[in-house]
Amino acid sequence: MNLDFSPEEIAFRDEVRAFIEQNYPAHLKGKAMREDLSRDEFLAWHKILGKKGWSAPAWPAQYGGTGWTATQRYIWLEENARAETIAPLPFSVSMVGPVIYTFGTEEQKQRFLPGILSGEVWWCQGYSEPGAGSDLASLKTKAVREGDYYIVNGQKTWTTLGQYADWGFFLVRTDSEAKPQEGISFLLIDMKSPGVSVRPIKLLDGGHEVNDVFLENVKVPVDQRIYEENKGWTCAKFLLAHERAGIAGVARSKRNVEKLKAIAKAEIGDDGGPLIESPDFRAKLAQLEIDLSALEMTELRTLAREQAGKGPGPESSLLKIRGTEIQQRLTELTLEAVGNYAQPFPRGLGDNEFSIGPDYAGPAAPIYFNWRKASIYGGSNEIQRNIIAKMVLGL
Amino acid sequence: MNFDYTEEQSMLRDSIAKWAAGQYDFEKRREALKSEDGWKKNWATFAELGLLAAPLPEDAGGLGGGPIDIAVVMEEFGKALVVEPYVSTVVIGAGALLAAGDDAQKAAHLEAIAGGERIIAFAQAEPKSRWALNDVSTTAKKDGAGYVLNGQKAVVLGATQADYLLVSARTAGGQRDEQGVSLFLVPKNAKGVSTRDYPTMDGARAAEVYLENVSVGAEALLGAADGALPLIERLVDEANAAYNHEAVGAMRMMTSSTQEYAKTRKQFGRAIAEFQVLQHRMVDMFMHTEESVSMALLATLKLGESDAERAKAVSASKVSIGRAGRFIGQAAVQIHGGMGVTDEMRIGHYFKRVTMLDSTFGNADYHLKRYTALSAKAA
Repeated sequence: MNLDFSPEEIAFRDEVRAFIEQNYPAHLKGKAMREDLSRDEFLAWHKILGKKGWSAPAWPAQYGGTGWTATQRYIWLEENARAETIAPLPFSVSMVGPVIYTFGTEEQKQRFLPGILSGEVWWCQGYSEPGAGSDLASLKTKAVREGDYYIVNGQKTWTTLGQYADWGFFLVRTDSEAKPQEGISFLLIDMKSPGVSVRPIKLLDGGHEVNDVFLENVKVPVDQRIYEENKGWTCAKFLLAHERAGIAGVARSKRNVEKLKAIAKAEIGDDGGPLIESPDFRAKLAQLEIDLSALEMTELRTLAREQAGKGPGPESSLLKIRGTEIQQRLTELTLEAVGNYAQPFPRGLGDNEFSIGPDYAGPAAPIYFNWRKASIYGGSNEIQRNIIAKMVLGL
Repeated sequence: MNFDYTEEQSMLRDSIAKWAAGQYDFEKRREALKSEDGWKKNWATFAELGLLAAPLPEDAGGLGGGPIDIAVVMEEFGKALVVEPYVSTVVIGAGALLAAGDDAQKAAHLEAIAGGERIIAFAQAEPKSRWALNDVSTTAKKDGAGYVLNGQKAVVLGATQADYLLVSARTAGGQRDEQGVSLFLVPKNAKGVSTRDYPTMDGARAAEVYLENVSVGAEALLGAADGALPLIERLVDEANAAYNHEAVGAMRMMTSSTQEYAKTRKQFGRAIAEFQVLQHRMVDMFMHTEESVSMALLATLKLGESDAERAKAVSASKVSIGRAGRFIGQAAVQIHGGMGVTDEMRIGHYFKRVTMLDSTFGNADYHLKRYTALSAKAA
């Protein structure tokens, strides 16, 4: 047991670092935390990685993964965080992709996986409903079988970046008589189908990141159902476990700690010296770094288990809880660090964005408000604790 | 000991609540914030209701009230999410005039304030000063009988609506010296004053204020030259005491709305209020709210004590209320789930407002340090 990189791993790190430096689009540097990017901006790096064959390192090699070891994947994430790249679309590569290669038919794999890998096709998630949030299995969107089609009616909500989506993966009810979890199917729906409409939801940070999706008599071919009818909950749970593991965001939090330190060096503290020299601020930063180390080691242990063939299980809830708590703590400390220049909010009322005070001050408050979502999405942190209590501790 | 409002104070409270329910509901507020002069109608109503006159002495056209009357107004403002520049005008502006103004200055401004015809913004913070009140780089140089001001003031709340700016400027000494700070009341339309206006995180308005060779007469100087820092400290303590009550109003609303939401929102076949983990969270919200009420009152009731007593009580309240506001705001959003982070629901706007208040005139950390320093001095 050891934590050192082998010479091969160091060579690998140098290789990917050089690749990122040479290929990451210059105009997208420093934009990774922004929610207001265009579709092309979001996908630019994904497409470059698609061509290189690196857009989905976690996938099995036979489906287009890189075949890297857990350590190599860790290095890859670290290097991307270091360069602040915009990650390949998580709804595509971390969510629906693994469901398709795990539960899909050969034909479905061939039809959908290439577009996911290349970044040509944008996927969105149709899970939550106005009445089905934490209690996802109570969802009511209905799919009725008519010959070779399902006719789908209902409303989905919190669909992140659905305004850009070509396709969506939806949980729908195909049996209203069965127990809630046993009457759900997993459907892939072309967002251009007649009857699909997307309506923006404005969030506290003033941005348009999520949407309501309305489905009105949408005709969906039966061959766009993944896995068996009424067995969609199996896919849903599998996907959620993948989503949770991904949202720990360790590498990015590490990068954001560095950014916070840079802010604290530039800011004047209450006694006139640099904020970074203020003992209480230093203590807060230190605590955050310590928490992040604990999370990182835990994630590495999980990755190693995954490498040994044990996919992400209920333990991924731990990564989700601690990962999002740390992300939120970072946004709090950043807000505190920028002082009263956190107050200007030119984005709030639709004004053209312009910077007041130091450049790093502008995003502090919008990101602080926006990031409250992290302890809510992907199953709220309360639900994650329930999962650990039940599935891990057997309580 | 008596924690009751007088009959007049109860009436004041009820009249604001009635106005807010009818004329300042969430949608009307949103419209007012969006439009350039939506605040004007509200300001005229504040004058009509006597809110602007409430704390001013009777000989200045006021109603002879005091900090408790301001507390009543602010708590209702907190509940209704009022973001108009009441504190900078009535607490700071009028407070400065009452404490340091001569008869001519009082006559020129106080009645106008009470009547709703004068709005004052406090141009105190600077780009590099953070919350340190003694950190003043803006200069005021003697020029004949008057002064010439130069410098930049940062995040001046209410500067957009104001017609006068209360400016702290250095007439002597170095950037962080306690001596050498003076206060000037400068017309916003004076030559050389320019502003860059923007919304703040809570939907209010603020501006960067630039002073370029602004010439003012001797009548602009408020109080004696060089010695304004103790007055500024007091005015900011009074402002924080007022904001505390606003935060309390917002906390009460977040706490009660969250309970209401949890009782009606059903998941897993029952109201989410039945889940113990959420019950405990709501109990903590309630406890934080009650402690904040207590600390807000403590600070207000100590405003008349010695400088050191007053400062300690206000800093103590800012620490408690800053932390409580964060906890309550985050918990309220969390229990509302996705709805909590939408712009459409009121709850998130209370969260934004208490976040704004924490970062106004020193956040919880700043005031913990100030409290510690004051305690060390006393020991």
